[in-house]
Amino acid sequence: MEDDAPVIYGLEFQARALTAQTAETDAIRFLVGTQSLKFDNQIHIIDFDDENDIINKSVALHQAGEIRHIAASPADKSVLTTCYNKTSDSRVATCAAVWRIPKDWEAGSHESPDDSSHNPQSLELLCHLDNIAHGNTACVLWEPMSDGKRVITLADNHLLLWDLQQSSTQATLSSSATLEGKGQIKFTSGKWSPHHNCSQLATANDTAIRGWDLRSMSQIYCIENAHGQLVRDLDFNPNKQYYLASCGDDCKVRFWDVRSINEPVKSLEEHSHWVWSVRYNHSHDQLVLTGSSDSRVILSNMVSISSEPFGHLVDEDELSDAEESHQEERNRAPLQDSIIATYEEHEDSVYAVEWSSADPWLFASLSYDGRLVINRVPRALKYRILL
Amino acid sequence: MDATAGATTPPESEPARKRRVHGMLKLYYGLNEEGKSSDKPESLDPCDINGPHFDPEVFLNKLRKECSLAELMDQESCMVKQIRALDSDMQTLVYENYNKFISATDTIRKMKNDFKKMEDEMDCLSANMAAITEFSARISGTLQDQHAQITKLSGVHTLLRKLQFLFELPARLNKCLELQAYAQAVSSYRRARSVLKQYSHMPSFRGIQDDCHAIMDQLAQQLRQKFRDGGSSAKDLSECVELLLQLDEPAEELCDKFLSHAQTRLEANLHSLEAELREPTPGPIAASDLPASSTSKPSASPLAGTPTDLSSPTKNSFPSPTARTDILEFIDRGCNEFVSSLCLVIASYQELFINRPQEGDLASKNIPQMASGKLHSFVDALAARYFNLVERRIQEEKGVGDNSLLVRALDRFHRRLQAVSKLLPGSAVPSLGTEIVVRAARERIKQYLAALQSFYLDSLTDVRQALATPRISVGGAVVPPGGGILGGTAPGKDATPSLPELLASLSASILNQIKSVLASVHLFTAKDITFSNKPYFKGEFCSQGVREGLVVSFIKFVCQSSRQFCESAGDRGGSTPPALLLLLSRLCLDYETSTISYILTLTDEQFLAQHHAPVTPVTALCSEAREAAQKLLNHYVKVQGLIISQMLRKSVETRDWVNTIEPRNVRAVMKRVVEDTTSIDVQVGLLYEEGVRKAHSSDSSKRTFSVYSSSRQQVRYAPSYTPSAPMDTNLLSNIHKLFSERIDIFSPVEFNKVSVLTGIIKISLKTFLECVRLRTFGRYGLQQIQVDCHYLQMYLWRFVSDENLVHFLLDEIVGSAAHRCLDPAPMEQSVIEVICERG
Repeated sequence: MEDDAPVIYGLEFQARALTAQTAETDAIRFLVGTQSLKFDNQIHIIDFDDENDIINKSVALHQAGEIRHIAASPADKSVLTTCYNKTSDSRVATCAAVWRIPKDWEAGSHESPDDSSHNPQSLELLCHLDNIAHGNTACVLWEPMSDGKRVITLADNHLLLWDLQQSSTQATLSSSATLEGKGQIKFTSGKWSPHHNCSQLATANDTAIRGWDLRSMSQIYCIENAHGQLVRDLDFNPNKQYYLASCGDDCKVRFWDVRSINEPVKSLEEHSHWVWSVRYNHSHDQLVLTGSSDSRVILSNMVSISSEPFGHLVDEDELSDAEESHQEERNRAPLQDSIIATYEEHEDSVYAVEWSSADPWLFASLSYDGRLVINRVPRALKYRILL
Repeated sequence: MDATAGATTPPESEPARKRRVHGMLKLYYGLNEEGKSSDKPESLDPCDINGPHFDPEVFLNKLRKECSLAELMDQESCMVKQIRALDSDMQTLVYENYNKFISATDTIRKMKNDFKKMEDEMDCLSANMAAITEFSARISGTLQDQHAQITKLSGVHTLLRKLQFLFELPARLNKCLELQAYAQAVSSYRRARSVLKQYSHMPSFRGIQDDCHAIMDQLAQQLRQKFRDGGSSAKDLSECVELLLQLDEPAEELCDKFLSHAQTRLEANLHSLEAELREPTPGPIAASDLPASSTSKPSASPLAGTPTDLSSPTKNSFPSPTARTDILEFIDRGCNEFVSSLCLVIASYQELFINRPQEGDLASKNIPQMASGKLHSFVDALAARYFNLVERRIQEEKGVGDNSLLVRALDRFHRRLQAVSKLLPGSAVPSLGTEIVVRAARERIKQYLAALQSFYLDSLTDVRQALATPRISVGGAVVPPGGGILGGTAPGKDATPSLPELLASLSASILNQIKSVLASVHLFTAKDITFSNKPYFKGEFCSQGVREGLVVSFIKFVCQSSRQFCESAGDRGGSTPPALLLLLSRLCLDYETSTISYILTLTDEQFLAQHHAPVTPVTALCSEAREAAQKLLNHYVKVQGLIISQMLRKSVETRDWVNTIEPRNVRAVMKRVVEDTTSIDVQVGLLYEEGVRKAHSSDSSKRTFSVYSSSRQQVRYAPSYTPSAPMDTNLLSNIHKLFSERIDIFSPVEFNKVSVLTGIIKISLKTFLECVRLRTFGRYGLQQIQVDCHYLQMYLWRFVSDENLVHFLLDEIVGSAAHRCLDPAPMEQSVIEVICERG
């Protein structure tokens, strides 16, 4: 069966920020934030029509500055946060804010998608999440699967927990933690764990990965030298609460069991340059996506450490022909960790990869030159996992 | 009587004539006498009147033709005369023969008369003989009675004599006993025994028998005593046993006794051996051991430096075997005491019980079978204990210093056991002994492997130290850390060896060590060693033991440990000095190209394997070594790239690029990068060949630079001043990328200097690019980047295989910086050049 060709969408500006619209579970929708010093930056809202392979875009202006990081609210489709560079008086500072996408974006985009004269509306600022005293914000994390009332920002060496009130128009700092240590410590990225009643967080700084308990705002574990060089990104396994993936400048992707942090459970070295992003598939955690500055996106099948190491056993019981199912299981038994596919549509460094929140078999990747590529998991593998 | 006399006289009177007549007659009757006929050749002439072919007709015609009448007349008268003479001769002859006949008749008659007289006398003789026969019969008839009596008397006499022997037997036996003439006593007794037994129902005989029994018992007692004492010579002993056997002593018991007697002696030997094994005797033996330990040192000394470290700790850590007697002495003692006495026991036992001629009733008892069974189990039991001791002793032999001692000891051990096998053909002892030797050899190989491995690791530690020393001594100096590693390159550091020297000495010392180990192991297969022609030592030992177990394992270990350097160092932040990685990589590569095949050829030559078990092929080892070399070199590139990357990253991240001042010179970091790259270049150049680079003109730095800065840069940046710029810029850079190949940053490198340097520079520049993209630049920030990139451009192109790669990456850096610039106003190319040339 031939796989669908990738769909490519080009932005006018350079970009590093990409997220799926988390609250949207019906339409396949991604948000991209651009990075341009000289022009007004934009948020591209990209709708993908799966049946026709057509991309519909709409643009909202983000005039505050170039976007380094973007995150969508898990509860409200129209709410998102950005981390942006604010340049003023020859000073560059990275700030964070909560925004609302203008109401009519959906209608407007459909009316005249190709209308170049159409002036995009600006994002509506809900509130700022910054505090100059805390330094530059590296990223904003929404509380997963919640009502979108709590966010965490990582600013330099501070970890700040905000409560959003009055339909997100007001943010109050509810608690914070500070990482002390030698030299200048900066968080590079973090992830809010969807497990343990959303009470845990993992952050990365330099070569270390740290776990935090949000109730006490204290460190619960620390993987020193998780990577040989800088750790770039993290992701929690959505189905296995102690499993964590990380990637970094040593070209490696590592999988950790936070209960035994001395050795990684698994280590992959497939990229030929820094790995900037790693993402577990939301429903089938054996599928792991990585993007790297070697311009490649790699989809790996990590069956051995997934929550379904032997596939869907329950489903097989339902098969009427017992013998056939037996046969099938035997065929499936030698399924091993492997690379499923290497996607080479990008020509510049890939800084972000993201699974769709609506379709578990679809993902997007964004490279620095502003190219967004939407790909699907190969059908053969998809059916193998499903059947 | 008269006739005969008359007949004899005439021939005597005229013999000549008579003979002639005889001849003529004979002739006439065809009797050819030999002597005469040869005298006269027979005439065929028919005219010869005396010839046999006389034809009267022809004669007459001839006469008539030839002769005249007168002559005829004469002839006639002559003939008549002759005829007359012949006639008279005839008459004479007839007369003579008649007389002879008459006399013969007379004689016969006379004989007849004489025989009649003799017949009478014979009759008389036969009558006399009959008379004599009659007399003789009469005499023997009278003597018949007396003869029977005499026969009976002589029988009685013999019986009496025998009885006398019997009666005298006890006394005689006593006497023999007194004189210790046991053999005579036994033979006497044996002669009488059956008789006595037959007549034992008669009281008197019973008495004698009892007496004899008593005496013989006493004798047997004495014999047994003598046997038990054992002090007597083997001959005595064998005599004893023989006699005892003849006395119906049970053979089994004798065997047991003999063996148990021998056992006590052998056990004493074993105990003394065991005592030696158990408690070290420190005093005098330690002194005697000194020469042994001193001989082991020279054997290790050619390995320069570390080998003494290697051998001495092993010696010190096992003080027990060296403090007491060495193994050769131990085995010697074992052989001389235990094995030789065992052989003696076996020999005499066989002499006594097994090989003796079987006679009489003894043959039926099947003694040899029983005896040899006993002997086997006896020997096996004792040998097992002996082997146990020997094995314990061998296991204590752990120092690898001197193998010849062990081999000699094993040889002696094995050789002496051959004697046992000769004496006792069916015994399992020699094969068990061989097994011990085999086990010892296997153990030895393992020890050598361990020693080689620890030697290798020690050598690496030495190399590490050698690499570290110069760095410490000049740590604060101007020389960058990369340069410090080079040692020999900087002046005043001649004392420490340079990388190639280190590599050469390392590989030479490893090779030497392997060779010496091979030489040591080779002792096991020397021609004069008895066990070397056992199938194990001919086949499996060579191929599986030495080749696979020792050489191949060691090479694999080298590769494996090298690979571990990569893995462990990667995680723990480069604990291994990069120079060591480089050196090991070169070592592995050398192994791949030549050393492995050399070592294996050497091994195969020395240990001509007749065993056709599958062995690891050279190619497999080579590819393993190559893999290790590749991995090490990749890791080296990664580590060095990382060092430079870190410098660049720190320099980009820590600076405030928006508010920087106008560039006056190249940043120190860039100079440092170039310096480090140069020193890495030198370092790699020491060990690896130059490699191929794409052709470029002699002036490529200038030429390409101008292209890069003036034409392309202007095309690139000029549109960015207009509002429609971003699309164009992207388009241009995308088009550019479309035609350039994708660059794999951390890709495997080739085994040459250019490729290594290319890898390092790629990693560094890519880092630079990524860092630049994360920053925002002011006008002067961009200009500083321009200056820096131009500086790098000027110096880095010469290191890489394809200078376009450097150009491309530097273009990207400047391009990205321009994109990230708030106020992109590039610097004049001429100014940049001036700044860079100023340094």
